[in-house]
Amino acid sequence: MNVKDISDQGPLWEVFIQSKSGIPHKHAGSLHAPDAEMALTAARDVYTRRGEGVSLWVVQSNSITATTESDSESFFDPADDKVYRHPTFYTVPEGVKYL
Amino acid sequence: MLKVGNTVNFTPLIYAIMTTEEREIEFQAKIDNGQKIEPKEWMPENYRKQLIRMISQHAHSEIVGMLPEGNWISRAPSLRRKAVLLAKVQDEAGHGLYLYSAAETLGIDRQTLTDQLLTGKAKYSSIFNYPTLSWADIGAIGWLVDGAAIVNQTMLARGSYGPYSRAMVRICKEESFHNRQGYEIMYELANGTEAQKQMAQDALNRWWGPSIQMLGPSDAASINSSETMKWNIKVESNDVVRQRFIDRTVPQAIAAGLTIPDPDLKYNDETEHWEIGPVDWDEFYRVIKGHGPCNKKRLSDRQRAEKEGEWVREAAIAYAEKQNKKMNSIAA
Repeated sequence: MNVKDISDQGPLWEVFIQSKSGIPHKHAGSLHAPDAEMALTAARDVYTRRGEGVSLWVVQSNSITATTESDSESFFDPADDKVYRHPTFYTVPEGVKYL
Repeated sequence: MLKVGNTVNFTPLIYAIMTTEEREIEFQAKIDNGQKIEPKEWMPENYRKQLIRMISQHAHSEIVGMLPEGNWISRAPSLRRKAVLLAKVQDEAGHGLYLYSAAETLGIDRQTLTDQLLTGKAKYSSIFNYPTLSWADIGAIGWLVDGAAIVNQTMLARGSYGPYSRAMVRICKEESFHNRQGYEIMYELANGTEAQKQMAQDALNRWWGPSIQMLGPSDAASINSSETMKWNIKVESNDVVRQRFIDRTVPQAIAAGLTIPDPDLKYNDETEHWEIGPVDWDEFYRVIKGHGPCNKKRLSDRQRAEKEGEWVREAAIAYAEKQNKKMNSIAA
């Protein structure tokens, strides 16, 4: 679905930058551009003037689905009482190594 | 209201029936706890309004701020200085764009923000309504205006709204070369020929007062301060930020051999602060209300830029739509 922005600014895109090879892309901000190619060049010009990145992703904002603050508690709740997922829950007998 | 991203509704009934009063209490507790507020969280309507006002005016200031400095790009005294000034002005454009993006997370769209500036409905920093009369003005702006902005923005980076606070951190990093660039210009001129020294001093004479004013009215007179401070949109008062700027800048002037144009300026040994004479708040309000030397020119320059760029936007949109149609007809 291509939601048309009410102006001639073009749709909103979210920008993600990978600062160096091996680490994840991180959200840097947003910008308006009429299409993907212009979004990428704009992202380079706006968000990487100091060599901040080796890779850029641009994603139309309306392609992103996110949780909301009001959802968060109940949505993430199930993980909060499963302490046995953490290694510290387990006692290792004295002298036993590499566990 | 422009939505950034889609959300799926998992809201449990208990949260959905919280009263506004209960939400406000919870919100204030988050603020007092030093927690950041993010775009999709509940916030008081006035929090949203104050932020939209502050962030958009900050964005407008960056864009308009490109004009007085852009004025000297063609007349920079050396290639190095031209390249540096170009980079600075590019940064200001980028800063404006970060800030417009931050404002948009609050549910206002880009075109509305642009229209508010172009119709004169929105304000921008008073300082950019002054002309740049000599190359030394470029030095004065980088040293004093960016210097004051850095002190203010470092404070704002500790503010409660996530996107604004993060934009401030990014901007402060980039702003520091602006500050050094300006001081370098002033220092070299002040230690150059007699004519250069006079040019630097003249620029300081004209930019000092407005730079002091740019940090905003004294707290008692500031109409927005109590709400913005209650909600940690601002973390410190205008007066505190102003004093910090003065204490840092006066020694820089002394080191450059320049004289701050304030006969009442004196160092207080007890408080360890530099005290200034009376600030011309009449001038500040006159300029904010539209009667500064360049208000009309700034606005008409922005209107002209918008108009002259229209064919570019139209072409880009037309091309994008054409490509889209092609893609859709292939997919169909």
